Amino acid sequence: MSERDHSVHSHTPRAARIGIYAILVFAALFYLTPLYVIVITSLKSLQEVHLGNLLSLPLRPTFDAWREAWSSACSGATCQGVQVYFWNSVHLVIPAVLISTAFGAVNGYVLTKWRFRGSDLFFSLLLIGTFIPFQMILLPMAWVLGKIHLENTIAGLVMVHVIYGLAFTTLFFRNFYVTIPNELVKAAMIDGAGFFTIFWRILLPVSTPIFMVTIIWQFTQIWNDFLFGVVFTSGAIHPITVALNNLVNTSTGVRRYNVDMAAALIAALPTLLVYLIAGKYFVRGLTAGSVKG
Amino acid sequence: MGKLSIRNVHKTFGNNVEVLKGIDIETSDNQFLILVGPSGCGKSTLLNIIAGLEASTGGDIHINDRRVNDLSPRDRDIAMVFQSYALYPSMTVRQNILFGLQIRKVPREERERTLKDVAAMLQIDHLLERKPRELSGGQRQRVAIGRAIARDPALFLFDEPLSNLDAKLRVEMRDELKRLHQRIQTTIVYVTHDQIEAMTLGDLIAVMNDGQIQQLGSPQEIYDNPANLFVAGFIGSPSMNFIPCEITVDDQGAGLQMQEGDNRLVMQAPDHAQAALRERNGQKVILGIRPEQITHKRVSQLDEADTRLMTATVDIIEPTGPDTLIFIHLNDTKVICRVHPPEAKQPGERMELLFDLAKAVFFDPQTEQRIA
Repeated sequence: MSERDHSVHSHTPRAARIGIYAILVFAALFYLTPLYVIVITSLKSLQEVHLGNLLSLPLRPTFDAWREAWSSACSGATCQGVQVYFWNSVHLVIPAVLISTAFGAVNGYVLTKWRFRGSDLFFSLLLIGTFIPFQMILLPMAWVLGKIHLENTIAGLVMVHVIYGLAFTTLFFRNFYVTIPNELVKAAMIDGAGFFTIFWRILLPVSTPIFMVTIIWQFTQIWNDFLFGVVFTSGAIHPITVALNNLVNTSTGVRRYNVDMAAALIAALPTLLVYLIAGKYFVRGLTAGSVKG
Repeated sequence: MGKLSIRNVHKTFGNNVEVLKGIDIETSDNQFLILVGPSGCGKSTLLNIIAGLEASTGGDIHINDRRVNDLSPRDRDIAMVFQSYALYPSMTVRQNILFGLQIRKVPREERERTLKDVAAMLQIDHLLERKPRELSGGQRQRVAIGRAIARDPALFLFDEPLSNLDAKLRVEMRDELKRLHQRIQTTIVYVTHDQIEAMTLGDLIAVMNDGQIQQLGSPQEIYDNPANLFVAGFIGSPSMNFIPCEITVDDQGAGLQMQEGDNRLVMQAPDHAQAALRERNGQKVILGIRPEQITHKRVSQLDEADTRLMTATVDIIEPTGPDTLIFIHLNDTKVICRVHPPEAKQPGERMELLFDLAKAVFFDPQTEQRIA
């Protein structure tokens, strides 16, 4: 990989290289500017925000807005900040990501290494699941949740996200495991290993990249979900995305932009963290089929 | 150990695609059985059926007189070496070799002893802590074989194990496999499409084509007495020459009509074929003769019963080192002759060639079966 990168560089004329970097720097600035504005606004006091210098650095940086957003800002009728909702989202996202990823891994394993009559058809049908828009399943899902008494609970929301995510996680793992030679499984079978031993001892140890991809994908999807959260929960059960929306829309006189920005950053931090920690695996995992390890 | 018997095994895929049409093979203990044939002949399917990785649609497999049809691969007492080696990528060489023993709950001391023996036998002691990706092709091959030996099975199955190695290494590993077989005294079933591998390794060869066994026999038997046109053409390199010719019978017996350029002549058929060919007066047959049976003129051989002399125009020459191959045309068919290099004439020149028909074979052009 690095050798190839190197050779590309050394064969590109200097002018072209400068041009490429100029474009890249411009694109980076373009995308980073809003983030910059959000970060510095969250560090300003309200008086300073009202001075109107959107791009200027804060004169006296303060975390007051962060503190307020976390523990005392009002959304709707309650004024306890976003912290409750933040923990709601954590309690939602961890089981939902783990369960959907685990099922996806086993599904992918079965669909590639233990194929059965009609497994290809099954996979095609599952693929359709990735094209179903959220809106389509709102009503039937609300009905089901009511029937099984999981309406307005985190557990209910976990279930919705697990089911909706299965199509994606299965697709990811299936496409990864299809690149792993079947002979490995045959060899393990002859060595005496069974279904789960083969999965645990042979396939899982080489699955890190695809786990990272799936976890990042599912984490981002579920953490950032607004629609399911707003439809299937209410009040104190809301996930943070819904709470953020309520906080920003709660009008108590003056708009507190610095608090809004701080709350938005709090809502965005976990996904950012996941990308920072697992991001290098993301690209690696997406290309894993082409480069065998 | 390791008596394998395959009885009337059939395999049909989906919509009546018959890939195995009744296979029968019996081995004795400690044999090196080769399944050889072109790709698509069913040899790998047969191996997978022996291993239990695929189910047959008919027939029985017995290993050491035990019917194994309904046993899973793990219970068949077999070990397999795959073309891609199939080493577990996340495990070290040591773990790869011990995996099967661990799963079978072999006691620790015995595992360590086996590992030591296997590593010493294959000279892989220094590789034990490495991962497969840190090994060369030949080393991976050794580890894969080591993993199979560690299991001490009743039967070894090899699925084209040498085809991913370069030519030099392949020859080395071939010798090692042969030595290994003599040491471990267990039956090996070995699938290959390479007829040279088949000849050099096997003591029993099953030549397969089109889902059937074309011939089952020792390497020399198959080389000298091919049962049909397919076997004759498949085994041997360069291939046996197939010359279509018409039979004429006169008072000297049956003769083969030959046309070389503008010359026509009748070559008297060899003694062993006289009876069969006399019945085919005026009919076409295919003469099968190996390149080494057509050589330069050797005075010492002229007196032998079934040698015939003939002059032909050299078309192309191909020096191979020990011999030079000479291409001529007989009955509008390209014919390869193997001569001693200094005797070879240049293209366009006439050359006297000695046909040794003692081992020549004859086939029926329609049925492609051997007739003499």
